[in-house]
Amino acid sequence: MQVVAVTTVISGYADLPELIGRMTGDEKHAAVATSTLDVLWVLYDRVLRVDPDRPDDPDRDRFLLSKGHAPMAYYAVLAVKGFLRPDELDTWATFDSRLGHHPDRALVPGVEIGSGSLGHGLPIGVGLALGLRAQGRPCRVVVLVGDAELEEGSNHEAIQVAGRLGLDRLTVVVVDNASASLGWPGGVADRFAREGWAGTTVNGRDHDALYTAFTRDHPGHPLAVVAAVEPKEYRHP
Amino acid sequence: MIASTLTTPTAMRDAFVDIVTAELEVNPQLAVVLAEISADRFERAAARHPDRVLNLGIREQLLVGAGGGLALSGLRPVVHTYAPFLVERPFEQIKLDFVHQDVGGVLVGIGGSFDGANLGRTHQAPGDVALIDSLPGWTVHVPGHPAEVEPLLRAALAGQDRVYLRLSTETNRDAHPGTGFQLIRTGRRGVVIAVGPVLDAVLDATATADVTVLYASTIRPFDTAGLCAALSGVDRADVVLVEPYLRGTSAHQANEALSEVPHRLLSLGVRRDEELRAYGTPAEHAAAHGLDARTIRAALDTFLG
Repeated sequence: MQVVAVTTVISGYADLPELIGRMTGDEKHAAVATSTLDVLWVLYDRVLRVDPDRPDDPDRDRFLLSKGHAPMAYYAVLAVKGFLRPDELDTWATFDSRLGHHPDRALVPGVEIGSGSLGHGLPIGVGLALGLRAQGRPCRVVVLVGDAELEEGSNHEAIQVAGRLGLDRLTVVVVDNASASLGWPGGVADRFAREGWAGTTVNGRDHDALYTAFTRDHPGHPLAVVAAVEPKEYRHP
Repeated sequence: MIASTLTTPTAMRDAFVDIVTAELEVNPQLAVVLAEISADRFERAAARHPDRVLNLGIREQLLVGAGGGLALSGLRPVVHTYAPFLVERPFEQIKLDFVHQDVGGVLVGIGGSFDGANLGRTHQAPGDVALIDSLPGWTVHVPGHPAEVEPLLRAALAGQDRVYLRLSTETNRDAHPGTGFQLIRTGRRGVVIAVGPVLDAVLDATATADVTVLYASTIRPFDTAGLCAALSGVDRADVVLVEPYLRGTSAHQANEALSEVPHRLLSLGVRRDEELRAYGTPAEHAAAHGLDARTIRAALDTFLG
């Protein structure tokens, strides 16, 4: 029997902390605490129809990371799913790297938008959903925003229009780590429900609950999934 | 039916609406996003193509962001509203949702500079071209006659690049469709470049002056070769740049074009030093900014000696 060299086999959720650690050097428990980690994993593992061998397929689902800061979990998930080589994570944030502190769609295969300035992903997602609908493409558009990012007024222009136009191929997942300085009286989901979105609030660490929320029927309405995670410790000064 | 309206457009805005309405019939990749402005004029097109003519209401950040999203979906977006609400209010959306995403689109603004003289500062955007010029990869058209709109717009709709089409109610007597710097008149004492609707004022100002007059309805890309060619026919490299928007917007381009040549440059345009807090007519605003024929002539005489 041939002896095979020992290599790291990247295959699943359990590999994410180590991959994130290649960028941050953090302890594994810190990487696991990344607020978006489980949402990203469930989307890429069980929900989105994307293929690293066909990143330009016009009928692929589109995932838009609007909350573009701290994208380490995103890069790690893309590495597990074959869009990036794991060793590229070691180049993180260096001059020649494709992987910066905010992702750039022109540099990273599988990344659908460059983001970092808050409040851009959802309006882009509305246009993308409208454009795909006009072309008869059945794919989904999923936009990840943060609960603090939701403060940007541009999001509310988009929430209103998506609801009124019944963009049922559009999904927003709000990763809610209670970091909005002035809060959301009545909860984040209320902003969407009032504008005609189907919505639900789930435990943002519970993979099955997230999967159920992402795959529920919502004909004629866009879908909002509020993924509640632990409150953020640091607040903007 | 549609073609007949194209033959006698009464204004740039009408030409724009008619051409886009016609193109929607034959180009399935074309989409129009609006924020109430001109929505009434696109009603017929919207009824025929409800998925591709989209009035988003008075939501200008979404207008531009959704335009970028439409481009990402593979469509050619036309994004249209009044200039200050198209370029200034959602400027970061232009920077990020088009340029940073590396997608193309056609932004069509009306109300250039002081068309809305009596509307006040809120409805004036003389800095629009300077703002667009701070971003890479834009073609900027500044037509000076309704008949110039059609070739510029049809080329823009057929392309994949980023285009800003700046429409105005101010127009010249004659149309000069064409690309780059077009030679209107030749002289020996210098070169005067007129951009878009200021041509008539420049022609009136230079009627008895011994200068070469160039005209541009497309100011980005800047026609360096055309400027250099015109300068080869004059005695001194004296250049006067007359633009209907912020003074000196193209001065850096002219200086770059002439970096190897000892030259002098005079920039005329909308004044930068203070906000013109006045109503009245576009003609009065032109005069207040020094863009009327008499003031241009006086500036030329001083500059050229």
